[in-house]
Amino acid sequence: MSPGTLDPGPEPAGDQAGPVLELDAITMSFGANQVLKGVTLGLQPGRVTALLGANGAGKSTLIKVLSGVYPEHGGQVRVAGAEVVMDSPLAAARHGIQTVHQRIDENIVPGLTVAENLVFEEIIRGEIPPVRSLRRLLPRAREIAATLGLDWSDAVLTKDVFELGIADSQMLLLARALSQRPRVLVLDEPTSTLSAGEVERLFDLVRRLCTEGVAVLYVTHRLSEVRELAADLVVLRDGQIRATQQAPFDMPAVVRSMLGESVLAVSKDLVEQRGERVALTLRGVQLLYRSEPVDLDLRYGEVTGVVGLIGAGKSELARGIFGADRLRSGSMTLDGVPYSPHHTQDAVSRGIFLVPEDRAAEAMLPGWSLTWTATLPFLRSVSRLGLLQRPRENRVGRSVLEDYGVVATGPDQPVDSLSGGNQQKVVVGRWMHAGPRVLLLDEPFRGVDIGARGDISRRAREQAAGGACVLVLSSDVEEIREIADRILVMVEGHVRLDAYTTEIDNDAIVTSMSEVA
Amino acid sequence: MPAVMDGPTTLVRVQDAVVKYGFIAVTVFLFIFFALTEPAFATSSSLFSMLKFASVTAILGLGVTFTMVVGGLDLSIGSTAGLAVQLAAMTMVFYNFTGVTAVLVVLLGGLAVGLLNAFLIVVAKIPDLLATLGVMFVIQGAKLIPVSGQSVSSGMVLRDGSVAPGRFTPEFLKIDRGYVGPIPLPVVIMLVLVVLSWFVLSRTTWGRLMYAVGANPEAARLAGVRVGLYRGLAYVISALFASVAGLILVSRIGQGDVNAGSSSLLEAVAVALVGTSVLGLAKPNAWGTLLGALLVGIVLTGLTMKGFQYYHQDTAKGLVLIVALLFSFTISRRKVRYTPAT
Repeated sequence: MSPGTLDPGPEPAGDQAGPVLELDAITMSFGANQVLKGVTLGLQPGRVTALLGANGAGKSTLIKVLSGVYPEHGGQVRVAGAEVVMDSPLAAARHGIQTVHQRIDENIVPGLTVAENLVFEEIIRGEIPPVRSLRRLLPRAREIAATLGLDWSDAVLTKDVFELGIADSQMLLLARALSQRPRVLVLDEPTSTLSAGEVERLFDLVRRLCTEGVAVLYVTHRLSEVRELAADLVVLRDGQIRATQQAPFDMPAVVRSMLGESVLAVSKDLVEQRGERVALTLRGVQLLYRSEPVDLDLRYGEVTGVVGLIGAGKSELARGIFGADRLRSGSMTLDGVPYSPHHTQDAVSRGIFLVPEDRAAEAMLPGWSLTWTATLPFLRSVSRLGLLQRPRENRVGRSVLEDYGVVATGPDQPVDSLSGGNQQKVVVGRWMHAGPRVLLLDEPFRGVDIGARGDISRRAREQAAGGACVLVLSSDVEEIREIADRILVMVEGHVRLDAYTTEIDNDAIVTSMSEVA
Repeated sequence: MPAVMDGPTTLVRVQDAVVKYGFIAVTVFLFIFFALTEPAFATSSSLFSMLKFASVTAILGLGVTFTMVVGGLDLSIGSTAGLAVQLAAMTMVFYNFTGVTAVLVVLLGGLAVGLLNAFLIVVAKIPDLLATLGVMFVIQGAKLIPVSGQSVSSGMVLRDGSVAPGRFTPEFLKIDRGYVGPIPLPVVIMLVLVVLSWFVLSRTTWGRLMYAVGANPEAARLAGVRVGLYRGLAYVISALFASVAGLILVSRIGQGDVNAGSSSLLEAVAVALVGTSVLGLAKPNAWGTLLGALLVGIVLTGLTMKGFQYYHQDTAKGLVLIVALLFSFTISRRKVRYTPAT
């Protein structure tokens, strides 16, 4: 390809019979942890195939195999019937596979201009000479932007990419991918940061690509998008394809294969607990930069589930109650007494505990043992006059290990060498062991296997049964239904729906989640 | 699913042993080497003088250790030690106070520097290295002003033409020259501070919380730890230790040398870094810092006896540091912290 021209790239595969991309028994392991256990999948040209799966199903790993990040994978990848070696992102691009990853910040280069980011792939491949003025990049950048119908002026193109909003950055990445004329386009949760209008624009584009014969693998959590866009659907669970459907889809069956029968069985057994006494009241609390104030009562003796999309204000709610961030406005009371935490210690000393959303960044201490991690918030209770009492510490470590079913070699094992589910059991267990008054669980099932998820759920319900006020925040409706007695739906910083789980069905929840002010 | 690691191979076991004991082995080896080749090396007087010289570095290194534990680094310790030198000299020579008063003034000065560092880092949120770098220059410069850049010594002529009224008192000079039984006092002070530091860091809640702050400040904060308090505390401890080192130094040289202490910063940081590799702890710790200081002492004493000149010393120290860093960063098997994204 010569710089500055729009090459046709690989031939469109529209008129070929059979799938343009075939995955045959793809496996991938990290140490002894097999994440993909033989995934076989074909993508037809001109069709959108939705890939569904709960957290931890192996979706991201599969996508990374497809984008050449894991050359050590097992199994075969065939493009138009011929086996290809996916040993680098460049190899993936050469075979006409383009991926737009979920994490925008990992894929744009801050400090470079919008134009430079648009032509980035061509710069890497050396198709653009290393020394070239920004002005001479602009025509090609404009061309790339135009493939998406983005009418970006030179003023926009010469801005630092950092100044673009999230949605526009997403569009930039899409345009960059499309400029390579892919045969296969992988979209990893592309709508999670887009507004309704931008979602429509994206969908139009995807449909247009289909008519041009591109095969699209569309990864999402949102069933409504699947219904609207996809012709085929596959469900990944525990590293294997568990269901394959063609439109029209049987959604209840899809959900069942996503979650596994056992989980649904548990949630059917949910014995509702209704609390009476109010633990926390929030009055006039403003959660987001531009949102209405919220009034809320949280009660002892029940699990309150807060469900909402990314950016709905869930974490802000939990962190505000915990004193990790200041509330923008409003006041709280705890047991009828004014409560305004200035520091997380104010919350911890009152028995208000938070399991944060991002376990690795916010709860893990590199190299720290299970015991040390478990006792960190409660050193006073395992020490005398500031002197640590080893036997008392070890007792706490051992009982967190045993009571919460952590799979570890012992209480001295570093927590960061445990699996995600076991790490989370430690982080959750240390708070539960201390007997919380209010327990805040922010996305407690992220990166947690299905067994650990069931255990943590059950423990959280036991805490509520024992009188604690438990608040669980998640963007996954099924997760919330599995654990909560009462469901709050949050949209853009306020509560759209407040109901008991047994009195409401998924449709009502999803409907209110999609209500936008 | 538990991420089970493969069982350790022989190579890995050798590697672990090298990391754990290699450094101690090198120290012992060098000690035996010098003792066999230089008869004067292993005499008790030579050993005690070596320990005496190591004590200043070791005590400064302990202060650095505390700041490294909380994930920072105090660059102002050398100039804080220098400040202590000058404060002690001024108190006794200019104002004719006793040695005890001088010690108190020095410790108060150290406390003030520590609180200033803590304020800049915790309240003003300036990154550790930059804040302490700034403080380092300010102290170095500011202490020259009241003495017009002159070193303070007994009997010096003051600006108004009079002779300074005071002198270094004998009891103050005993800080460096005194003995407890057969052991020089600076060595005793060093050992007491090592044991104290070890005790605080590994046996008390303060120490544990400092390590937590260094390991992941956000995780510590979300566990209810007052992160700022413990970071600040580390800098106060660091400045106080630097002041104690300064006291030993000024007692040794017997005058308020304006350049004293300024060269000790890199040595102290090196010694604390060396300490992280000891016993494979892979974290700053008090005994490691002591061992680092001893190794540097052994190397310098041994080389001096072998006829190397003072200008070889910095090269030797640098090589010791690099060898130690090879142990902790290169040979040390990386912890498996990889969590597969799914």
